[in-house]
Amino acid sequence: MLRSLSIEPEKCTGCLQCEMACSYENEGVFNPAKSRIKVFVFEREGRNVPYTCTQCADAWCKNACPTEAIQINAATGAKEINNGLCVGCKVCTIACPFGTVNYNHATGKVIKCDLCGGDPACAKACPTQAITFVDADWTGYSKMRNWAQRTDTQSSAQV
Amino acid sequence: MRYAIIGAGPAGVVAAETLRARDSGGEIILLGGEAEPAYSRMAIPYLLAGQIDESGTYLRHTQGHFESLSIQYVQDLVKALDVESRRLILKEGGSVEFDRLLIACGSHPVKPQIEGLDQPGIHHCWTLEDARSIAKYATAGSRVVLMGAGFIGSIIMEALVRRKVKLTLVEMADRMVPRMMDQTAGNLIKQWCIEQGVDVKTSTRVKAVTPDSSGKARYLLETDGAGEIPADLVVVATGVRPTIGFLAGSAIETRQGVVVDDHLQTSVKGIYAAGDVCEGFDWNSGNRAIHAIQPVAAETGRLAALNMSGCKTLYTGSLAMNVLDSIGLISTSYGAWQGKAGGDDAQQLDASRYKYIKLQFEEDRLIGAITLGITEHVGVLRGLIQSRIALGEWKQRLVRDPSRIMEAYLAKTQ
Ligand SMILES: Cc1cc2nc3c(=O)[nH]c(=O)nc-3n(C[C@H](O)[C@H](O)[C@H](O)COP(=O)(O)OP(=O)(O)OC[C@H]3O[C@@H](n4cnc5c(N)ncnc54)[C@H](O)[C@@H]3O)c2cc1C
Ligand code: SF4
Ligand code: SF4
Repeated sequence: MLRSLSIEPEKCTGCLQCEMACSYENEGVFNPAKSRIKVFVFEREGRNVPYTCTQCADAWCKNACPTEAIQINAATGAKEINNGLCVGCKVCTIACPFGTVNYNHATGKVIKCDLCGGDPACAKACPTQAITFVDADWTGYSKMRNWAQRTDTQSSAQV
Repeated sequence: MRYAIIGAGPAGVVAAETLRARDSGGEIILLGGEAEPAYSRMAIPYLLAGQIDESGTYLRHTQGHFESLSIQYVQDLVKALDVESRRLILKEGGSVEFDRLLIACGSHPVKPQIEGLDQPGIHHCWTLEDARSIAKYATAGSRVVLMGAGFIGSIIMEALVRRKVKLTLVEMADRMVPRMMDQTAGNLIKQWCIEQGVDVKTSTRVKAVTPDSSGKARYLLETDGAGEIPADLVVVATGVRPTIGFLAGSAIETRQGVVVDDHLQTSVKGIYAAGDVCEGFDWNSGNRAIHAIQPVAAETGRLAALNMSGCKTLYTGSLAMNVLDSIGLISTSYGAWQGKAGGDDAQQLDASRYKYIKLQFEEDRLIGAITLGITEHVGVLRGLIQSRIALGEWKQRLVRDPSRIMEAYLAKTQ
C-alpha cells in the first residue's frame, strides 16, 4: 500500500522543525525559506497549519507540464520533478490549485515535495506527530482532496 | 472502435493516452501535421534560449512510447473531413476512416496586413521549423525586431534576449501583455524590460517592411511613432487563430474556432474538439471563449477523450491562466482579472521593487487575479477561484492585505 503524509494541524505547535528538516534534506541548508513544506501561522486563532503537496491522484501539475518533466515515482506514488526535462516554464506552479509547486530562482526550475524517496524528513522531525507518514487511506488529506474535487475542470470525472 | 485524432500537440497526445487507458482494444490513430515527433510548442523559447536541444521539446521522451501503447502516429496533414463517410482525407494521399474523431489541430499564427511581411527572413515563432530559421539569424549582436508584445511575444522576447541579440520590441497597444496584465503591471513589465536593455516601443505601429537599400541591415521597418528601425531578422508574434480552414464545407459548426458543447462534442455526433482549436466556454463568465494555453489544451484533451471513450464527463469551461517570465520578472494572471461589473478589487503595489498583486472579487468570492514579482504559492489563486470558496471574514483580510492568499485558502479549507 502506498503511504502518504498525514497532517493534523491541531497537533502543530509551530516549531518549524519540519521546515528545517525539509530544507536540510533537499537543499543541504537549514533554511525554512527553502522548505517544501510550510507552516502557516494564524496568530489570531492561535493555529498552525503545516502544508505541502498532497501527491493528488490527478496531478494538475503533471498534466499541465509541456515536457513530461513531472513523473510518478512508482515505488512511492510521489509526483517528482525531473530536472533534466524541466525547462522552468512555471506552468505547473499556476496549474496546481494548492500552490504547492514553487519556482526556484536559484536553479531556474521548480521544486515540490517528493516524499524524500519514501522516508519524509518532515515527518521524522515533527516532535508532536502533527505530520506522520501513514497508509494512504488514512491521511487527513481526504479533506483537501474533497476541495480538490471542487476545482472541477478535470476531477469531475473520477476515473 | 476506431479513434482518429487530428493534431499531435499536447491536446492530441493527452487524448490519445487517455483513450488508451480507457479502451485497451480500440484502434487509435494520431495525426501530426509536421514532420516532427510530437512536440510542445511552448518549449520552443527554451530551445532558442539554448537551455535544451530539440529533443527537449518533445512531449514524450521514452523511445517507442506511442508504439508501446499501440497508438499509430502518422505524420501527414488532414486536407478535408468527410462527415458522411466518416473519413479524413490526407495531403499525401490516402484517407483515414474513423468511428470517433478528435479535432485538436491547434492554432496558427497570423500576420497583420502590413506591406512587406511576406519576404524571406520574416518569421513567426510557432513551429520547430520556425525556431530553426530564427536560430540561424538571431545571433549575438544581430538586430532583431519582434513585432507584438502579447503573451507569446513576451515569452519569445526572453529567449531572444538570452541569444544576446540587439532587440527592439514593437507593440501597438499602450503597454506590454495587454490581454493578460492591467495598466499598472503592463507598464511595470515594460519599464523592467527597458532596464534590462530591451528597446520597448509601445503604442507603435509598423507600417511597412522594406529591404534596406543602404545595405547596412537586411530590412528597414517604417513605423509611426518610432521612425525607421533596421533589422537583420523580424519575428512576428501578432496573434494566432484556430486552424479551421480544412473544415470549411463540412457539417462541423465553426465560429472563431470549432464550437463544442458541455461535453466537448462538436455539432456532429461522435466528433469532438480540444485545445487551441476549440471554442469552448470561459469558466468565469460561461461565455463562448477560446483559451489558447497549454493547461487548457491538456485538460480539454483529457476530458474530450473520456467522453469519446464513453465516460460522460462534464466540461465546465476553461479558466484563463498565464505565467510569464520577462527577463526574471515573473507575472501571472488568472480568470476575470479585469474584474466584473458590481464586483470589487483589492491591490497592493510596491513599484520600486516590482511587486504587485491585484485580486478581483464578486461578493466574497475570488474571480480573478494578477501578480507581479511573486512566485510563492501562486497556484492557490486557482484553487480559490475554481473551488468558488466563500471567503467570509477573510475577504476583508484580503482587502487589507492581498498577499495573504494562501492563509485565506487554508483557513477556509483546513
Ligand atoms: C513560442 C510559444 C510559447 C508558448 N508559451 C506558452 C506558455 O508559456 N504557456 C501556455 O500556457 N501556453 C503557451 N503557448 C501556447 C501553447 O503552446 C498552446 O496553447 C498549445 O500548444 C496548444 O496545444 P494544442 O494541442 O491545442 O495545439 P498545438 O500544440 O498547436 O498542436 C497542434 C497539432 O496539430 C497539427 N496540425 C495542425 N493542422 C493539422 C492538419 N490539418 N492535419 C493534421 N495535423 C494538423 C500540428 O502539426 C500539431 O501537431 C506557447 C506557444 C508558443 C508558440
Ligand atoms: S503539486 Fe499540486 S497538483 Fe501536483 S501533485 Fe502536488 S498537490 Fe497535486
Ligand atoms: S516548470 Fe518544469 S515541471 Fe513545471 S510545467 Fe514547466 S517544465 Fe514542467
